[in-house]
Amino acid sequence: MNPRPLDHEDPDRLYTVTGGRSRADENSLDLVTLIVSECDSAPGMQSEYVRIIEMCARPMAVAEISAALRLPISVVKILLCDLLDAGQVTARNPAAAAPAQLPDPKTLKQVLVGLRKL
Amino acid sequence: MDSASSELATHVPLRSTIDTGLKIVVVGGFGVGKTTMVSSVSEIRPLSTEETMTRAGIGIDDAGGVADKFTTTVAFDFGRITLNDRMVLYLFGAPGQERFWFLWDRLFSGSLGAVVLVDTRRLADSWYAIDRLEHHRMPFIVARNIFDGAQVHPLEHVRDALDLAADVPLIDCDARRRDSCKTTLITLVDHLYTLSSAAQENAP
Repeated sequence: MNPRPLDHEDPDRLYTVTGGRSRADENSLDLVTLIVSECDSAPGMQSEYVRIIEMCARPMAVAEISAALRLPISVVKILLCDLLDAGQVTARNPAAAAPAQLPDPKTLKQVLVGLRKL
Repeated sequence: MDSASSELATHVPLRSTIDTGLKIVVVGGFGVGKTTMVSSVSEIRPLSTEETMTRAGIGIDDAGGVADKFTTTVAFDFGRITLNDRMVLYLFGAPGQERFWFLWDRLFSGSLGAVVLVDTRRLADSWYAIDRLEHHRMPFIVARNIFDGAQVHPLEHVRDALDLAADVPLIDCDARRRDSCKTTLITLVDHLYTLSSAAQENAP
């Protein structure tokens, strides 16, 4: 179980795809923030950007993008921040409750209705 | 297990109207059935990803003065449930071991709540997870995964053994069965709803 492909990943590749940066504005992106493309990919774009833009024609969560690209979450966040800065994607943020704060009853009710329909 | 074909099979796009992502975490020790539970209710084949974090090696044996930093890598599986035209719920299976908790804030703060999946043959594995969830003030329920042939104790014995507060729901589930996993999730969200409604009534 749990294959660990990244354990064998060449660190140089992770360095290269992020242009050597190691931090993203982590507060703005959650595992379940939904990313949507706002443009088509253009020739000459770095391949990871191209793939993100193509995948996010429909909304896709940060965690799903990470799984599809086989890159760690933190690396994907750095790539996404570049695309967000350039206006090539937008983020639909989760109704993020502050940590240690309960979600509001109205949201939870909607979750319950959805789960009961499963 | 590679490349375009598996990605295509796995990537079922969300509806374009979806604008809210929510998350629930299933915490449990190795082999307790987290991935099975995620698979049972997910609308996509469960995906796997990783997070890495470099931190100072405080409290770690000195490796000859070479490593004053080391990298923690945690792998986790997840699945997805579209709730309605706007909301999608992601279900993350998280390993309960110690190194994982260093990444809790980064990955799982903001979760609706957690399901602690326990195997009564290895109850001690769950103590640490429950302690950490309480520390992070993350509401949770406990679900005992029923394994074939496992001796079944009354649930109240499990509550005692886990030193679980009376108001924390404790249920049986079968991680292989979709309806059982669905009931487990509904029990958690019902519990959250009760807590949230009470908090709102008590608000000034």
